[in-house]
Amino acid sequence: MAVHPPAGSRLVVPGYERPSGVHPPLDFPGYRSTALRAPRRPLVLLPHRLTEITGPLLGAERVTPADADLTAQHEGEPQGQRIIVTGRVLDSAGRPVPDTLVEIWQPNAAGRYRHRVDNHPAPLDPNFTGVGRCLTGSDGRYRFVTIKPGSYPWQNHPNAWRPSHIHFSLFGRAFTQRLVTQMFFPGDPLFFQDPIFNSVPEEARDRLISRFDLGFTVPEWALGYSWDIVLRGRGATAFENPDGER
Amino acid sequence: MRAKLTPSQTVGPFLEIGLPWPDGPFVVPEGTPGAIAITGRVLDGAGDPVTDALVETWQADTDGRFAHPDDPRGAVSNRFRGFGRCPTGPDGSYRIMTLKPGALPSPDGGTEAPHLDVSVFARGLLDRVVTRVYFPDEAHANTADPVLASIDPGRVATLIARPDPDPARLCFDIHLQGDQETVFFDV
Repeated sequence: MAVHPPAGSRLVVPGYERPSGVHPPLDFPGYRSTALRAPRRPLVLLPHRLTEITGPLLGAERVTPADADLTAQHEGEPQGQRIIVTGRVLDSAGRPVPDTLVEIWQPNAAGRYRHRVDNHPAPLDPNFTGVGRCLTGSDGRYRFVTIKPGSYPWQNHPNAWRPSHIHFSLFGRAFTQRLVTQMFFPGDPLFFQDPIFNSVPEEARDRLISRFDLGFTVPEWALGYSWDIVLRGRGATAFENPDGER
Repeated sequence: MRAKLTPSQTVGPFLEIGLPWPDGPFVVPEGTPGAIAITGRVLDGAGDPVTDALVETWQADTDGRFAHPDDPRGAVSNRFRGFGRCPTGPDGSYRIMTLKPGALPSPDGGTEAPHLDVSVFARGLLDRVVTRVYFPDEAHANTADPVLASIDPGRVATLIARPDPDPARLCFDIHLQGDQETVFFDV
């Protein structure tokens, strides 16, 4: 049996905004892997109900402090340019999203992932796994210590190279806020030929590029890059009148 | 001023180093009384298995409640995680061990049949795709479900898990494309 609100009171569920002009289309021929994987039929609008406005609140049991330092997960230090990547997770109203899990993964300084199907002929680094996790603080801030990932070739088109990037996975506090994305570095000369980066509507692309920030640089130790991540905020309630009509 | 939303990007082919957790597929531990395994394959438009996908599930507990403060009925404080995560294997298969959720009141006054929300991430998907799993033994509740009612009747079956000879198992294949393309939602 469904647990209904007390008789006479109506269940009011706050919806989340619906982005437009932000995310890439699923069907993007320049990125060849979309051809057999992007759904062909139109998506069906799902008004936000209880399952969509809630989500897993994964806590401290998922992370240890060491998980946020990708340069300290092995006996020795990894090769490459040591960097700090930090920023805030916010919603579109500018409110911090505290205590939310941030997961990252990346290749090493030579552009090689520690993954069985990565056959790029660049060296693996015995001191680098390329995986990090942390929870945001009360101000929504995350912070990782890592090394700058290298670029790597891929088979999408002739002489294709991915710009340097770090993969990010975010939960926010609701199913609607779940986001997996990539952070890029300023001034990368490879942007123009990367269909994944360019799949994003032009006006939103620069939101994927971190900013070099001397303020986060640790003198004589590591360069600082800053990147804020903005998740969907509360929008109109999906069910505006007592008849439930939209 | 509104902050500008961060765009999605694909998880790429190497998510396996970063996202799977050892306990990810186990919303509840194996052997939990009443546990069911929801299992199936992720298939592409050629019918080939998608071997580098990640399937995530989110659902209410067996009473139709959430351990979440935004539920206007109040949060419950049980230890049910509600969240499952499983990478697909070499045959495109995934397996989530969980409990069947309860039905949910809908803000439009109806009742949502028991369901799981599902996200699929993969190389070639520039954003996640979202679907739902419904239960084959809930024919009456499914008929009254407002989400299923919003779908082309010819496609509703793509959202209902198939029973298995093993009563503790349900099959739910996810067809990204093709004649049997699963219904995906704009969430």
